[in-house]
Formats: sequence, structure tokens, C-alpha cells
Amino acid sequence: MKPAPFDYVQPDSVDEAVEVLAQYGDDARVIAGGQSLMPMLNMRLVRPHVLVDISRLPALSSTVDEDGVLAVGAAVTQGTLAAWPNLGMTLPLLAQALPYVGHFQTRNRGTVCGSLCHADPSSELPLCLALLGGEMDLHSSRGVRTIAAENFQRGVLTTAKAPDELAVRVRFPKAPAGDSFAFREFCHRHGDFAVVAIAARRSGTAISLAVGGVADRPEVCHWNSLPDDSVEDALNDLAWVLGGNDDIHATARHRRQLVRHLGCQVIDATRPDDGTE
Amino acid sequence: MPDFSIPEEIRPEARHVGRRMLRIEDRTLLRGAGAFVDDAPVKKGTLHAAFVRSPHAHAEIVSIDVTEALAMPGVFAVVTGEEMAEQTDPMIVGFENPIDYYGLAVGKVRYVGEPVVVVAATDRYKAEDAADLIAVAYNVLPATIDPIEASEPDAPKLHWRSDSNCVSKRHFVHGEPGKVFAETENTIAMTIRYPRNSITPMETYAIIAEANGESGGFDVLSNFQGPFSVHTVMALALRIRTAALRHRSPRNSGGSFGSKLVIFPYIVVMCVLARKAQRPVKWIEDRLEHLSASSVAPNRITKIEAAYTNDGIVKALRLTHWDDHGAYLRAPMPAPIYRMHGVSTNGYAIRHLEVTNHIVVTNKCPTGAVRGFGGPQLYFAVERIMQRISVLTGQDQLDVMRKNLIDENQFPYRTIAGALLDSGDYQKTIDETIKAGGLAQLKERQVKARKEGHLYGIGYASCVEPSQSNMGYISTLKTGLERERAGPKDGAVASVTVSVDALGSVNVIGDSVPQGQGHQTALAQIVADQLGLDTEDIVVSLDTDTAKDGWSIAAGNYSCRFAPASASAAHQAAVRVRQKMARIAASRLNVAVEDIAFTEGKIHAVNNPDNAIPFYRVGGLAHWSPSSLPDDVEPGIRETSMWNAPELTPTTANDEINTSLAYGFGFDFCGVEIDASTGIVNVDKYVSAHDCGTVLNPGLAEGQIRGSWASAYGATFLEEFCYDADGAFRSGTFAEYLVPTAADLPDLTLVHPTPHPSPYTRLGAKGIAEGNQYSTPVCIANAVADALGIDDVQLPLKPAKVLEWLAPEEPPPSSNAILGSAARLEPATLGQPTISGSDEMQMPATPAQIWDMLLDPNRLARIVPGCEKLEASGDKGFTGTVILGVGPVKGRFDARIDLIDLEKPHKATLVGSAHGALGASRGTGAFELIGNDGGTLVRYSYSVELSGKVVAVGGRMIRGAAKQLIDRFMHALVQQASRDDGPRDPSGGLAGRLKRLVRSDR
Amino acid sequence: MKTLDRHGRFLVRLTLNGIPEEGFAEPRMLLADFLRHEIGATGTHVGCEHGICGACTIRVDGKATRACLVLAVQVDGAAIETVEGLSEPDGSFGPLQQAFHENFALQCGFCTPGFMMSLSEFLEINPDPTANEIKVALSGNICRCTGYHEIVNASLDAAKALRRRASQTS
Repeated sequence: MKPAPFDYVQPDSVDEAVEVLAQYGDDARVIAGGQSLMPMLNMRLVRPHVLVDISRLPALSSTVDEDGVLAVGAAVTQGTLAAWPNLGMTLPLLAQALPYVGHFQTRNRGTVCGSLCHADPSSELPLCLALLGGEMDLHSSRGVRTIAAENFQRGVLTTAKAPDELAVRVRFPKAPAGDSFAFREFCHRHGDFAVVAIAARRSGTAISLAVGGVADRPEVCHWNSLPDDSVEDALNDLAWVLGGNDDIHATARHRRQLVRHLGCQVIDATRPDDGTE
Repeated sequence: MPDFSIPEEIRPEARHVGRRMLRIEDRTLLRGAGAFVDDAPVKKGTLHAAFVRSPHAHAEIVSIDVTEALAMPGVFAVVTGEEMAEQTDPMIVGFENPIDYYGLAVGKVRYVGEPVVVVAATDRYKAEDAADLIAVAYNVLPATIDPIEASEPDAPKLHWRSDSNCVSKRHFVHGEPGKVFAETENTIAMTIRYPRNSITPMETYAIIAEANGESGGFDVLSNFQGPFSVHTVMALALRIRTAALRHRSPRNSGGSFGSKLVIFPYIVVMCVLARKAQRPVKWIEDRLEHLSASSVAPNRITKIEAAYTNDGIVKALRLTHWDDHGAYLRAPMPAPIYRMHGVSTNGYAIRHLEVTNHIVVTNKCPTGAVRGFGGPQLYFAVERIMQRISVLTGQDQLDVMRKNLIDENQFPYRTIAGALLDSGDYQKTIDETIKAGGLAQLKERQVKARKEGHLYGIGYASCVEPSQSNMGYISTLKTGLERERAGPKDGAVASVTVSVDALGSVNVIGDSVPQGQGHQTALAQIVADQLGLDTEDIVVSLDTDTAKDGWSIAAGNYSCRFAPASASAAHQAAVRVRQKMARIAASRLNVAVEDIAFTEGKIHAVNNPDNAIPFYRVGGLAHWSPSSLPDDVEPGIRETSMWNAPELTPTTANDEINTSLAYGFGFDFCGVEIDASTGIVNVDKYVSAHDCGTVLNPGLAEGQIRGSWASAYGATFLEEFCYDADGAFRSGTFAEYLVPTAADLPDLTLVHPTPHPSPYTRLGAKGIAEGNQYSTPVCIANAVADALGIDDVQLPLKPAKVLEWLAPEEPPPSSNAILGSAARLEPATLGQPTISGSDEMQMPATPAQIWDMLLDPNRLARIVPGCEKLEASGDKGFTGTVILGVGPVKGRFDARIDLIDLEKPHKATLVGSAHGALGASRGTGAFELIGNDGGTLVRYSYSVELSGKVVAVGGRMIRGAAKQLIDRFMHALVQQASRDDGPRDPSGGLAGRLKRLVRSDR
Repeated sequence: MKTLDRHGRFLVRLTLNGIPEEGFAEPRMLLADFLRHEIGATGTHVGCEHGICGACTIRVDGKATRACLVLAVQVDGAAIETVEGLSEPDGSFGPLQQAFHENFALQCGFCTPGFMMSLSEFLEINPDPTANEIKVALSGNICRCTGYHEIVNASLDAAKALRRRASQTS
């Protein structure tokens, strides 16, 4: 269980990195933290001609608090983001979800952008991005483009990023005052990929839910208003629409049940405080 | 701290035995200085091995091409199954059977992961590169994975020489079960399907093998665990004298829990490879190899029937087992079912018993030993039926159990199947456990929880815990006549050697092949007590060497052998050393031998401690001055005990067998609460008690209990090796085969009941390592049955399964309309290999145009995703190469597509197959082309079966991935038809449905 | 831009428990293999090679890391800490080792280095953890022998000993 041979490139700049990607296209793989890629290399599920290591690129190692947005560079680890000052205020959903991304040892090395680009349909960060509706900056020798979260993940392990593109940073919109968020997931063991993960956002009367682990990518459902007595039916229909698959860990039916159950929990958890504080 | 202290009257002289002595083993292990196989220095030029393994559950091997691999620099040798069949003999099993097993597949493969070819190269990376270059062509055959179905006459046969996949069937009648079943008031029957699991040690198999020119045999270092009866199997297979197979075990082994017993076929393969390569060869099994192809406990279907009175007394049991051993039997299989034969009635005084054992081969990984060795499967059935009888007779389960348990005054008790239960007081153990464990409070909790509307259940289980196997028990699977022909088999010899050198240093060696249990520490305690020394004065070396150590066929680490057997042998050897040294000392001190005592490094007159000689002086005399020894005392001090217990007698003519030497007793109870919404079972309280006789070291013993409990918890909730109905293997990584972590386990309350030492072992000790494998799964299952009021509870208790039990109906959607085309996706079910679906698509081309595209290799090549080349082959067929995958996961596959059922230009069916390093797939796609105004409505349906690596490691995403590929195919078809290059949202349908969902009125 | 050819073997220098070490690695060589077979530090064990069992956990520049999910060439210049560095300067057990020893927190000892290296970082971040926090922190390490109970107790003891040491040195 050892990787097939590959060339290894450590570019000194984003330009150099995208140059290599332009040259090799789909035969190159970018490695940042490698916590998703390395298992696939070890199992020889992925056999790149060249591995482009961007983990030490200073340009990608920063997290920038921009106007209304937290821009997280492609080499920033999940652990670094989790420890970002005031994350609980600026991005409460990420603060809630990050502790469920793998284990602290993998968060030490695994990057935020890497998890997004890996596009596992069950993982937490793509789910958060889908709900928050951020953007990815993609660089290539052809230029720079920004792609909206909803168009980024296309399906199982598949994103809109072209083979010659490098995801340079992700921008998460900060939580507007008054919005509340909640995250829940069910997995058989702590740190596993979720069987079902759900994130909710409440903004006034509007409620959005993002569901991971059921369809081939995280899917978002938005209601302008969702009265309490409609929640159960709405979640039931959502569960049916998402469908779900059977695998050795759960049945489609159980996944739908978790959509109903966790959906209810996250919606409840986003209720505004009743003012007693 | 639990009180594990041993009553003084049991071991008056014990200064060390029974104490919580810290482990000697830790000194190196905690510093990263352990000596595991992969840590051992190897000779320069040692090669590394890698295997080519089968992606198929069942297939003929059409051809193997190793030319490219052999041409690779750094590759030294390749061995195939054919060569194994030429150079070795099939590995024998304990009875006549139709299976020829060589370690590598010969002629056909019989399970996913089966080794087909092995290659040796200068390092493991290169060896895997070379393995990738070996091309194996297969002809896929239908597979069979269910032991009952596999036993049917029309099931696909695994082995050419066999009439049936049921390779052994034995029927046992003890007492008069037929009569009693007919006469007793009530009978009940249940069917249990016990899943396949293992305990997956953290260190995998590891072997270094080298041909030995002197002996004509081989020198092997491996983490083989015994029993060393299997040493014979290896030597016979290699066609060498047994003495020419020198096997060494390193000092440390990273756990085993039984699995390292069946490393031996790999040892045989490595020996052949090393001989061919003319260099030492090293192989470290990787985790994927371990999960798919090392060893698992047999899954079993048991039909259990009981005859019972109205007040719940069980008069007779009938057990019909179908034990699923996977593709091959490897010695000592099918031992687990026979190891438990004597205790088929558990701890109950049931005097009428009927047992039918079907030993079945299927297209799954072969089996081996797993902690508990046949007990979990058996006791799950027996203890479940006790719970059912309690429900049916309107009693508490514990009351029913207690009515049926053997009485204290009946010990030693001969069970109806022949086990001689040595000691115990089961009622007292239960009394002590329910008191200390708080059963009364738990019952109050249950009442309260149920009042509040919660699903809360209490479960119980008891188990007789056998230790030290009778080496003769496997003969029970032969008929009396066959046994007579083969000669008697019985006993279980344990060997420990104690020596004292010229400076009085004490050396202990033994055959217990530890894997982390702390044997060095326990043996030091036992020997120190006998010789009046501290454990610091004793050096215990338990690495083994078959060329130099004392050992016999029972040597090894299995079936709780250590506490009864190795401890007894150590005690006996130490006593002999003591007696010899006492004689030497007595002659010096002028006292009678019986008046000699050993205390704190001195040997002295028992009544006059000043009349003493230092311990080391006696050692010195024995070595430096043989002339000064008493006349009949041999020089030197080295005593080897080959200890055996006379109670381990052979199987009787009536098939009664004392399967083990000592039998402990375990009793558990627990409370569980089930979340009605999700099916999640929470263990609220779990209490466990074990009477294992004398406890040698409470720290070690408690570690065994807690470790066993954790793996039993895993077996109850998480662990299962899953196969699709076509034999595709699904549990290939630690993300698929889930084992418990620190965060998953609830608290365990341990109760330490009064010990009842075994009269048959020298220290009164019995095994302690396996009890919770027996009791915990069924204790929790009984609690779930109690909580839900159901009778059919099957493991593992995955929430998806529990949800089906507690809520058979799923709430329907508000209207079917919201489902859109999703309604046509076939709902998948667990264990179904096929990914199937159907859909339709409008295309801007005539049916004839689309027809032409599908039949033209050049145009089809542009439609098939990742097609590199495609050529016409045969009538309406194509062969070619495709690069298939999703995202970064991609592999090159050799593909074949045939078009059948052609009805130009209306209907066509594509039948395809592809295989490559990532695995293999077969599928069909049926098209119907319906011409209309806009062009053609294409209706299509597909089904795809996958097997091999990608399914084993990526099953979670495989459906999504397959759907993506089919989408790509259809998209390309549209593009070809319309020359439309516009992007298409692959989940557009779902996005639309989600939008419709929200628009619907809330 | 540093470019390493697949067939080459490249010099990797690092410090291992404070001592400079170097060896050669192909680009694809896993750090775990490099430490064990190039440097000869066999205390770090390999249990699954796909990042789940945690047996190979070491510290890279202070961060607990799976040595099977990092390439040797990626850590050129890094400070690596392994189980071999946990003892006191005089060779006696350090606080983690002592706590594991006293609690019977290991049996076969194969997973133990990974547990201790995870804890060595975790107890720096969280010097006074609850049992539950320890369980979550250790949920990325698999042990099949002990049932974890003694490991959690050892972790609590080690945390106490480390706190005591910190208060003495400050």
C-alpha cells in the first residue's frame, strides 16, 4: 500500500504552480495538507504524474479578514481556521462544524480549501460553504476566476475547478448580525465522515438548510418562511426529494430519517433566544 | 481500584502472584524500543514482497502474464499458483476434505482479495509497481455467499473435487432430545444470523523468510502465534523435514486476537518465493490486505430450538449450525464450532442435546481464530432463547436463567456433551454481581424511563468461559470409526524452562508467544514466588525459536491458554528448580530437604533462617563444582516442564468431549435506551463480572476484560465484514470496517466476584480474555429485545437496522409529484450489488442517427467516458481501453462491449465488462429509441455490478460515482447527437425538485 | 521551484527529537517509512497507511501528524518528535510513559507511541482536560487491546504530572 511513483514539485509562487498545472493538466495533483489525497495515493486510487506541493507557499498561508468576508488561503489548515480569533462570532457555523472535521491530528495538516476541492459528499466543510454561499478563487495560466459556492461542487469528488486551475482561496461571507446557525451530524464514530450532516441558517423568518451525505453533493434548501407546524412536513418532503443511497453504513431510509431528525434539531437550535438573557 | 486480592488460604506463599505488578514489557514498548518483526534488522539484499490479488469473488484464471513485471529493474522473482502447486503440497486440514489449498490461487480465485501472484523486489514500493504490471485474465463465475444457499445442490461449487460446498456435516445426539422434545410442554425455535467480524490487530501479518542451505529447509521470523501443530502443516506443504523449518517469533507482537494463527499459508508462500529469489524475503501485510484477506471469525446461521416447561425449565436444546468458513479451510479450521461442543448447553443443566454442524465454504475470505473462538456465535443463540422463553413464560429473564443454571454442589459437573466444568458457584456470582452492580437501581431506572415514554430495556447474559483447549477436540468432527483409525488425540502440552546460572541469575523461557498480554510479568511473578526472589531477579524471554526451545504442538497463544497452561508449566518448572536447589542446599546446611525454605535470595532451614546459603551460591555450585553436589544430582540447573492435564481426555465413542481444561463463569447485565426517532441504541449502564479462579495479576486480568469488552462492543454495534450478494467485498478500509474508539465506548462497571480456583490447574487460574466476546453481544441484544418487545435481533445493531424494527413504515412524501424522476430510481437495498436505474432523455436526432452512433466504434469511442481506443471485435462487439473514474480517482480498464437484442433502430442492449487495477465491473444498458417531433426520446435503463479494490475502499461513494459516469455517457450521447457543447448541470434534476419543493405551499 | 524526479533519491534533513538526522527518499516515500527504515527510528509504528488508526502519529514542528499521510520530502528541514524522545534526559520514563506504565495503559504496545504523541500535543493545548475531552482527542487513535479505559486514566495522570512540572519550573 505505497504510492505509485510521481515527480514532486514545490513551486515558489502561485504563478509557478499554475504553470505546472497548465503543463500537466489532469496528470498533476495539487497537495496541500494531503489528508484526503494521501490515502488515495497510498491505495493507488490516484496516480498523478506530478504532485504539486503548495503547502509551503507563503501567498496561500494567510487568512484575511476582509470587508464582510473571511478569505482563507489554500494552505491554511483546518486547525488554524478553527483557532481563528472570534471565529464563533464571525463564522459561527464553521466554529461549530470544524471540530467534526476528522481529528485534531488531521486538522493540523488538512486544509480548508483541500477539503472543499476533494468534494466528498459527506464532509462538513463543503456543506458549510454550500450553506454560507461563499466563493472560490481559481487561478490558472489562463487567468483568474471566481466561482460561487453553489456552482463549485458538482458531484461525488467532482468540482467545477478545471484541471489546470489552482484553488487559491475560499471566501466565506461573515454572519450578518441577527442570523443564527446550527450544525449537527450523525456518524457511527466521532471523526468519521458523516452519514448525514445538516447545517441550518435562520435569517429573520427565512430558513436555509444544507444537507450532506444524502445526495451526491451537499444540497441547500431555502424557505422564506417556515412556520413551526410546517417543519415536519417540509423536512419529510426534503428527505424524500434528496432520496439517498444505501451503503454498508446506513440505508437510504435511515438517511432520510436523519434528515427529518437532525433537520428538526438544527432548526430548533437556530431559534432566537427568548430574551431572558 | 477493584479488589482482586486472592484469599490467603488459596495461596499462602504468594508474594507476587495475585499482586498488581507493573509490567516488565513496558520498559521497551513505552520507549519505542519494542522488537516487532518489522523492527528487526534484515540482511543486506533482503527483498520485499507484494501480492496481486483477485478482484473477483469467483472466477477462472484464464492467463497470467508476468513478463513485464519480471523485466522491471529491481524485480527478482515472481511466483504463481501453478508454481505453488508444483513445488508444494496442499496444506492439510484435520479431516478428509475436497479442498486443495496452496496459499496462492490455482486455476481459479474464490474470494475478493485472494492472493494470485506474489512478486519480490528490492523494496515494497517497487514490488507494488511490479504487481501492477502483472496481467491476469479472468472468466467470472457466479458466486455464493450465504452458507445455507451455498449448501444447496444447485449452488455454484467452489472446489472442483467437492460434491457440495458443505464439506463436513456431523450430527450429534446427547441424551434423548427427540423424546424430550416430544414430551415437554412447550417448544420454541429461533434463527440467528451471527455476522462476520474480526478484531483486526494493530500490527498486521509480518514475515521474513530465507532458504537454509544447510538444512534444506527455511528460517522464518514471523508473528505467527501458534498453535504449533500448524508448524507441521507448513513443513509438510513445503515437503521438508519438520525440523528443517526453523521458526522464530520476535519479542513483541502487536496484538492478534486469533488472526495471526492463519498467517501460516503466507509463510509457505514466502518460503517458496525466497527460495526462487535466492534471497531473504520480507512481507508486511498492509491494512487493505488484512481487512480483505487475512482471517475472520466464521459467520454462522444457527437454528436453535428449545423444549421447556411452563415455568421455564429448559429440558432439551437442538442446535443446527451452518458455519460459513469462506473459500478455504485452513488448519485448525473448522475448530471454533468444535471447541465449544462440550459447552453447547452453556452453564445450564440441560441433559438432552442435539447438534448438527454444517461446515460450509463460500466465496468469502477464509476464516481463522478470533477471540472467543466459536463462543460468541453459540452463546448468542443460547442466551437469546433464554430471553425469549422468559417472555413466553411471563418471567424475568434472570429468573429463568437462574432456574436452569448448574448448582454449586454439582461441581465438577460433566455436561451432556462431555465438558468437565471444573469449579464455580454461578448463583453466588450472580448474587454478588447484581448487588455490587446495582441491578435494583437499574430496574427503577427502567420503570421511570418507560413512564416517561422512553424505549428502555434490560438485558442479561451468562457464559461459561473455556480456557486451554483440548488438542483432541477437533477430532470430534470425525466419526468414531475415523477417530479410531487416526489414533487418539487429547491433552495440551505447555512448556516452560527455568534455569539458574552460575551467579544465581534466573532465566525463564516459554512457549506462550505473547501478543501483549503481559506474560513476561506474570511468569516472573510465578517463578519469583517459588524461588524466594524478586521479579527483578528473573529474566523472562518469550521470543521463540523452534530449533532451540522446548515446545510441543499446543504451543502458542490462543483460547486462553496462558493462565491455566503456561502458568502451570512455569509453576512446575520452578518447583523442580526449587526442589533441586533445595537438595543441594540441604546437603550443605545439613538439614532435611523438606525443611528447606527460600526467602529473599536465601535458601535456609525453615526453622533457623540463620542456617542459610545465598541463592546464588547454590547456582554457583551447580555450575562450578559438580563434584560437590549430592551424588544423584545432575550438574547445572535447568528444568523444562512439559505440562499436561490428565482431564483433557480424547473424544468418547459417543462424541462426548471435554473441550477445554478450565471453565470460568461470566455474568453481565445492562440497560439500554433506544432513540425512537433514529434507532440509535445507547448503552446506559453495563455491568460485567468474571470468575476466573486465581487471578495472577489483577492489572493484567482487568486489561483483558476491558479489552475484550471493547471489541465485543464493536462486534455488537459496528463491526461487520460486508459482502454484496455477488461476493463483492465492501469493508476494505478502517473507514468501512469500523472499530470502536475511546469516544465511542460507554462506561463499564466491573464486579469482581469471589473466585473459585480451578482444581485442575496448578495455580487455580483460568482464562479471562474471552468472556465478554461471549456475553456482551447477546446481553445488549437481549436488552434491545426487551426495549422493543421484539424477538428477532440481529447484529450488528446499526441504527438503520434498529429503525426498521421500531418503525416498519416510513412516512410518505406529501405528494409523489415532488419526487419527479427520482421516483424511477430503483431503491437500493443492503447487500444488493447492482447499481441500477432508468431515465429518459430527449435527443435532437432521429432514431436511425442515434442507432448509427451506438454501432460505430469511432463514434461510440467519443461517447464512452474516458475511451482511449475502441475497436470492433467479433460480431457487434468492441474491445478497447478506457480511463474511468471520478474526480482524481481514475484507472485504466480493459473493456469489452457487446451489443445484443438488436432491433434496428428501436432497441439495443449494451453488455459491457471492464477490469483494471482498480477493480472490475460488469453491466448492461438497455436503450429504447422512440422517434418523435423533436427527434428521439431515449429511454434507458442500466445495471452495473462492481467488485475489487474500488468497491472495497470506496463503497460509500460508489453509487454516486457510477451515476456520474452514466450521466457522462448520456451527456456525451446528447452532445454527439446535437453537437451541443453547452454545460449541463449533472444534478439539475435534483436542483429543480428542490426549488419545486420550496415553492409548494407551506 | 524545487523539482524532484520520480526516479531520484533526495536528501532529506530534519531534526529527530532535537538531533539532526538525514537520509534519502524518493518523492513518493512516506515519512513513516523514512523514519523507520532510512533513519532507523522504529518506535513509530504503521497500522493502516490511510490515516485512520493513528499508530504512526508523530509531531511535525510541534503538530501531531499522521506519518503515513506525509511524504518524507515534504518535511525537509522540519523538527520531528517521536516516541523515542519522550524519556527524560537520564533515560527514565517521562510523565506520559510513567502514567501509561502505572495505569496498565498498554498491552501489545503497537498503538501506544501514536497515543502518546497525540497526547503530547493535546496536553500542551489543553493541560487540564476532562475525561471526555481526552476521549474526543484520542478518537483518532485506535487501540484493540485495552478498551481505552486505562489510556484515559493514564492521560489524566499524565496531565496532572505535567501540570505539576509546569508549576515547578515557572
